[in-house]
Formats: sequence, C-alpha cells, structure tokens
Amino acid sequence: MNTQTTLLQASRWKPWEPVLWLLAFAAPLVLPSHALIINEIAIVALFAVSLDLVLGYTGIVSLGHAAFFGMGAYTAALFAKHIHPDPLVGMAVAVGTATVLGALCSFTVMRGTDLTRLMVTLGIGLILMELANKLDWLTGGADGLQGVMMGPVLGQFEFDLYGRTAAFYSLTVLLLCFLLARRLVHSPLGGTLKAIRDNRLRASAIGIPVTARIAVGYTVAAAMAGAAGALLAQTTGFASLDVFEFHRSADVMLILVVGGTGWLYGGVMGAIVFKLLQDMLSAITPQYWTFWLGLFLVVLVMVGRERLMRPWTWFSKGGAR
Amino acid sequence: MTPTVTSTDVVLSAQGLVKRFGGITATGNVTLNLAKGARHALIGPNGAGKTTLINLLTGVLAPSEGRIVLNGEDITRIAPHQRVRRGMVRTFQINQLFNSMTPLETLALVVSQHRGLGAGWWQRLGAKPGIAERCSELLEQFHLTDVMAQRTEHLAYGKRRLLEIAIALACEPRVLLLDEPVAGVPPGQREELLQTVANLPSDVSVLLIEHDMDLVFEFATWITVLVNGTVLTEGTPDAIANDPQVKAVYLGHGEEITHG
Repeated sequence: MNTQTTLLQASRWKPWEPVLWLLAFAAPLVLPSHALIINEIAIVALFAVSLDLVLGYTGIVSLGHAAFFGMGAYTAALFAKHIHPDPLVGMAVAVGTATVLGALCSFTVMRGTDLTRLMVTLGIGLILMELANKLDWLTGGADGLQGVMMGPVLGQFEFDLYGRTAAFYSLTVLLLCFLLARRLVHSPLGGTLKAIRDNRLRASAIGIPVTARIAVGYTVAAAMAGAAGALLAQTTGFASLDVFEFHRSADVMLILVVGGTGWLYGGVMGAIVFKLLQDMLSAITPQYWTFWLGLFLVVLVMVGRERLMRPWTWFSKGGAR
Repeated sequence: MTPTVTSTDVVLSAQGLVKRFGGITATGNVTLNLAKGARHALIGPNGAGKTTLINLLTGVLAPSEGRIVLNGEDITRIAPHQRVRRGMVRTFQINQLFNSMTPLETLALVVSQHRGLGAGWWQRLGAKPGIAERCSELLEQFHLTDVMAQRTEHLAYGKRRLLEIAIALACEPRVLLLDEPVAGVPPGQREELLQTVANLPSDVSVLLIEHDMDLVFEFATWITVLVNGTVLTEGTPDAIANDPQVKAVYLGHGEEITHG
C-alpha cells in the first residue's frame, strides 16, 4: 500500500456526501411548506459543527458555546438595525466580533480539567447573557431587539415569509463553513488538534505548542458559532436573550451526543434528528414533549448509537457490536 | 544566557537540579553532563528518580532548584515544545500515543510538525512532497508497515512500543532521552531497536534509562548511577561494573536493594 494514497484517502469525498448536500438543497424546493424548519436545522447544524471542532476535535468540553452564538446574533441584528441592512456584510461583521470574543475566551480553556472548563465556559455564557440584559439601551434588554429590517441577499433575494430565501441562505453558509471545517480537520493543523485531544503530554513532546493550537481551534469554532447566531438573527429579523440561554449550549451538546463527536457529519445528522424529533413530539404532545425527548436520549446513550441504528441486531444473541 | 558551561563538548547539562514534591525530595542536587555524541546510560534501582530527572530535563516538571543548559542556552524555564524545537526529544516509559490515529497518520503528523508545517490548515496532511516518503521509511524501519492503517489503540503492545520510539526518531533529535525504550518489545526486536539507536549519527547524543544490564553494558560508553534521587557515581561501564558501592546498592544480588 502506498503511504501517500492511504494518507489522502481519509479526506477524499465519499459518494454519499454530495448526495446528502444535493438532498439538503433540494429540500426547500420539494417541501416549500417546511422551509422554516429546514432553515432552523441548517442553523443548528452549523452551531453543532462549530462545537464539534472544540469538543470532538480538540477535546475541550464547553457548556457556554451559546456565548459566541449570541454574540453573532446580536451583532448581526444591531448591525442591520443601525448601520446597514445588507446580510452578507452583517454576517462578516458578526463573524468578526465572535472571532474576537473567541480569541479572548480561549485563554480560559487552555489549562484546567474538564470540570473547570465546564464551569468557566458556563460562566462566560452567563456573563454575556446578563450583559445583554443590562445594556437594554443597546440590546432592548429582556424585550429583545425588535424592528430589525434585513435587506435582500446579494441585493436580489428578499427574505420571504415562507422562509425559502432563509433556508437557501442558511444552507449555503452551512455548506461553506462545513467545507472550511472539513479542510481544517484533514490538515496538519487539524492533526495537531486531534493529537492534543488524544494525548496532550505527547503532543507537547513532539513540539506542538499546545496552548497556541487550542486558542486557534477555539477561535475558529467561535467564529462559526457566530455565523450560526447571525443566521438566526438575520432570518428571523429578531434577537433576544434566548440566544445566550444555557439551554442553547446544552441542546447543541445533546445534538453532538446524538450525532456523534469527532465526525463533522455528526453535528449535521444530530441536528436533523434532534430538530425533527422536537418538531414531531411537540406536535403530538405540546405539553410533555420534553419527556419523550429525554427518554430518547437516555435510550440512545444506554443502548448505544451503533446498535440503535441496527434494529435487526436487537434480538440476536450477543448482538452488541 | 550565562557562559557557565564547562566544556564545549557538553550538549546537555543539568546543574544542581532539585525537585521536591511537598516534603519528599525526588531529585536531590543532581548534576549531569551529556557529551556530544554520547551513548550515556542512566541506571538505578526503582524509585531512584530516573524518570523524574527526564521529566525535569524535558520540562514536564519544573525544578525546585538548579538549572538546565542545552547547547549553551539556559532552558530551565522554557516550555516542553520549545525544548523539542531545540532538538531535545524523549520517549516515555509508559507509551504516550495518539490512540485514535493510525501509525501512518501519527508519523505523518510528527514529520509535518517537525518540518514546520504543523500550523498549515489548507493543505491536506501528507500532501506536501517528502512527508509520505519519510513515513514509509520510518514504518519500514520500525516494522509498522503491515499495521500502518490500523487505529493505534488496537495495536499489539510490541507494535505500540515500536511506534513510541518511531515518533521520537521522526523528530530527528540532536539529543535523545530514552526512558526504558525496549521494555515490552518482543525479544527478537530488542537488539535491533537498540542497534537503530546506536546507529544514529555519531553527533546525536543519547541518554538511556534501562533496567536490562546486558543491554546497558552493550550500548553505553558512560554510565551514571542514580540512587535515592542523587548521583551515586559515574564512569565507564568497566568502572561501574567493578564499583563495590554500585554492586552493593544495585547489582548486588541477595544484598539489600534500595526501593524508594
């Protein structure tokens, strides 16, 4: 076997990958009445891919990833309201502020254990939410930021009530960020992040500047979370304290648990399953849907994702694999 | 930089190193000089502080007192990865591998990092010319070609051990610190592995920690004996083999062996 071919094989496109993306982009056309949820799924998928860069690829646990999501959302909403309504410019600015915030916060996760990181990231999320609440002259406080008028995408495509433009816009941003993330995780830099995740001691013993690389990984992920937040604010024309809420950070972690960490499609698959399940359950039982969602998660973790997806192995003897 | 290095032939020098963990002194005033091109062994009973000394030299632990000089530069306070960049590389007594990667990916990563490509984010790992070829050489040299595409965590212990050493040599060290490298290596490959180390360019300096005395006497041209965190004595293999003190604490069978 040739070593170079084997090395490059890992990053080669599998046949099902373009099919999946074609299906995703066909979905708003085929199911126009579901464009809104497709938009939501794309946004949450991007948020989950961003967390996977931190959690799955660098091995840093975070319960405050909503901080960057919220930063992107508020920046995009404020920019559209006060400076310029163009969504692409707003997106760039939102990604910029989330990147700066990520770079600043990366210093808090360089050292310490998983538990201290959970606490620190949780704390940062809470701080930002309270700031958004307190600075009500800027953010609208608990009422949220209302009256955000978005311009058309590329000066052509107006955001419509049915969410078709929104869905295509979000899917496009998701695809671009996904391609970037895909490139990154298969590069030497991505390799050094995985090395840090697998064995920090050895990573530094082969000359990897561990803290600097963690900062890079964390900052890139923050930028993508900011993009996801900006998408939400731009496609709904609204930003509220909800974007910083703890449940957002927790949900996105659940999504990664559902889809699988350390695998970029895990975030995408998890987002699809999680959002559809949430949608379905809340339609069937509006009051008690979280019970069923909780039950699903417990079963998923107890039985294991691999086995749950292979129902035919459930009743065979020693079927666990 | 302070010019206190005793001789230009010394590449790595530990000067009065002390390491205390609470009230316990693991390393007590150790001074050790590694000459250019040395094949230097560090021996001592269990708990003598050999691994602690390696951890101090490589920056995993910070010394309580003393200093470390590499090629005339005081490196006592610099980070482990910066010491690696200055050519000092180690192996670990207990394998420290990247379990989710394959041996091939691991070596491609190490070679890329060593060649200054570790921060590259656009090119794919192994796409730059020369990386894959170097990996092939290393895999061949360490008998890892047949398992190069298996996840490291699924490899047999002997293979994992070989990968542990291969990673260090992929960094092309100028100073190599080996912490019991052949422990757990299949018997047939032990001599070969040690031969690989002995065959490194003659200006590469090697410090070897090893329990197998036959291997030590075969390999080393200079031996330092560490007991209870301090240097008991040092000298040529002949001198050490005949030293009554060393026989008493270390080689003496039936005598009291110091466990610390």
